[in-house]
Amino acid sequence: MSFLELKNITKRYGPLTAVGDVSLSVEKGEFVSLLGPSGCGKTTTLQMIAGFVEPSAGTIRLDGRDITRAKANSRGLGIVFQSYALFPHMTVFDNVSFGLEMQRVPRGERKPRVEEALSLVHLSPYAKRYPRELSGGQRQRVALARALVIRPPVLLLDEPLSNLDAKLREAMQFELREIQRKVGTTTVMVTHDQAEAFSISDRVVVMEAGRITQIDQPYRIYEHPETEFISRFVGKTNLLPGKVASATGAGATVSLAGIAVPVETAGLSVGDTVTLCIRPEKLHLTAPSNGLLTGRVADRFFLGSQWLYHIDGPLGTIMVVTPNDGSTPAEQGAPVGLEWSPSVVRVHRGAMAEAPDVALEVTG
Amino acid sequence: MSASLPDTAPASPGDETPVRRFPIAPLFLSAPAVLLFAALVLTPLFLTALLSFNQFDYATGRTGGFTLEHYLAVVTDEYYLEIFLRTFRISALATAICVVIGVPEAYILSRMTNPWRSIFLLVILAPLLVSVVVRAFGWSMLLGPEGPVNGALIALGIGRMKLLYSEGTVVVALVHVMLPFMVIPVWTSLQKLDPAVEQAALSFGASRATAIVRVVAPQILPGILSGSLIVFGLSASAFAIPGLLGGRRLKMVATVVYDQYLSDLNWPMGAAVAVILLAANLIIMLTYHRMVEGHYRRRLG
Ligand SMILES: Nc1ncnc2c1ncn2[C@@H]1O[C@H](COP(=O)(O)OP(=O)(O)OP(=O)(O)O)[C@@H](O)[C@H]1O
Ligand SMILES: [Mg+2]
Repeated sequence: MSFLELKNITKRYGPLTAVGDVSLSVEKGEFVSLLGPSGCGKTTTLQMIAGFVEPSAGTIRLDGRDITRAKANSRGLGIVFQSYALFPHMTVFDNVSFGLEMQRVPRGERKPRVEEALSLVHLSPYAKRYPRELSGGQRQRVALARALVIRPPVLLLDEPLSNLDAKLREAMQFELREIQRKVGTTTVMVTHDQAEAFSISDRVVVMEAGRITQIDQPYRIYEHPETEFISRFVGKTNLLPGKVASATGAGATVSLAGIAVPVETAGLSVGDTVTLCIRPEKLHLTAPSNGLLTGRVADRFFLGSQWLYHIDGPLGTIMVVTPNDGSTPAEQGAPVGLEWSPSVVRVHRGAMAEAPDVALEVTG
Repeated sequence: MSASLPDTAPASPGDETPVRRFPIAPLFLSAPAVLLFAALVLTPLFLTALLSFNQFDYATGRTGGFTLEHYLAVVTDEYYLEIFLRTFRISALATAICVVIGVPEAYILSRMTNPWRSIFLLVILAPLLVSVVVRAFGWSMLLGPEGPVNGALIALGIGRMKLLYSEGTVVVALVHVMLPFMVIPVWTSLQKLDPAVEQAALSFGASRATAIVRVVAPQILPGILSGSLIVFGLSASAFAIPGLLGGRRLKMVATVVYDQYLSDLNWPMGAAVAVILLAANLIIMLTYHRMVEGHYRRRLG
């Protein structure tokens, strides 16, 4: 039996279903991230685990105990709130020390533990400040220290690193992972930064409009998104609508505006409307004569370790990401060919819901 | 406190020095209020202060000249001292009771959901719509020798009690009148609280009571402070309640001023008492304000 278990949890606010029928099992010591667009019910789910929002239906079990209706102050969880919720009238030190006081940790033991937690989040010089004298990112780190210092069996983190710069964020992710490994804290983290979710989680839970659409290991979510929504939300992707032209036992050929593309998906039948998903980094640029597709470089963006190309061709604009290996990149306007291995193509049945969102981030 | 920070910490946020010039808009915008204040508050106050230094002739009732005798009389006469002490004792007690009743009342109100919250807010504010004089008469009918309270006491076999014209009655009636002035500022500062802060305290295992004492109460202290100042100030200068419920013997400062003006016709004496009340009130309130707010300014901003 799992350590933390949500079973058919639902939360309704009047006619609005903020969270619908969510079931999730988290093993002891596991790091799980809830990933999803704004307003999809991540915070609400976390608040139900924390005990600040009462589920309309379903049960929550922690370590075998039914805590669905248990009081929040009897659950013993460490929480980082999305709004930080620091105690404005207490110094940073007192904020962090509060949880220890509530656990009746003797005064002499409290001081070193608070100092350790503050140095973990690089805030030791700020111990005597009040929250309103700190920057947003500093407040966020106080909130993190305050939750970590009590060494809770379960950590609930609501976007705990959203306000930090890239470097500090990476350092904090590393620390979180370290604590996780050393102390074995079970962690549920909310984030809408997919790179963060991927880099530190054991499993990622993708939510969409109050429902869980996929629970999987990070690389599987990336490589095998179960829905077109996920493939678009997680990383960049090229979505190409087409029709199955011919099908054999193990594969098929899909016709994209007259261009035949082989795929390795079984069980397709001729005439099906499908959408092909190909990640930009799985495409390779070649000489125009060698490509499965040809086109012209419409735009190119330098991303440091990579180049991102927009290639205009018969199927519209296609994104291609190539590693920056130091060689001269393709020029703007140059004709190029695109090739890929049939095994990297994912096939979703049905037509495309809407135009692919080019604005989404690239996963590093 | 910031002075003791290690060198690595950046300096505390300093006050920026504003550019010195004479902006016309603020002066212009505050002019109506300043004129109104000067005409209706400062002028009578100034005249009262002048009057308090006039001599008074009992035989002719004429006033004029300059003397300090009224102030000397008030300061040296035990009769006045007792009245001042009683006034501040009653006001302090009424303020304390208003805090004890009003703060939880505001907290409960802030936790209610909407139809009930509006209804109870109305219930709390409704008494303000009834004249203080009418309410004082209501209390005197309720507590009078033939009133329902004494009726109940007799029926219970406890016997008739003298309820009117006691300090206790004045305090109770003052609390009744002043409570909204405590509830409203506290409720306003409760509105500004982030509910997640209290939840954070609970998440660390604090009991509800601990969360309220350690986390909620310190944050609404400015509200309690302003409520206390309003209640204390209004109570110390209250006239209708002590006049109608305190009777002839249980006088408070405002009733003494009234007597000096209208019974003894000694206007300068009444003016002197009024000026002393104003000064004492100011000193007490400013001291209290400094004590409590100075303590919390840096934390709550
Ligand atoms: N108290 C409430 N009353 C009514 N609706 C609410 C309440 N709290 C949340 N909602 C609604 O529930 C939905 C989910 O909200 P939630 O805060 O869980 O989103 P989220 O996934 O955390 O979003 P974000 O990433 O922006 O923080 C939203 O549509 C929100 O408007
Ligand atoms: Mg949220």
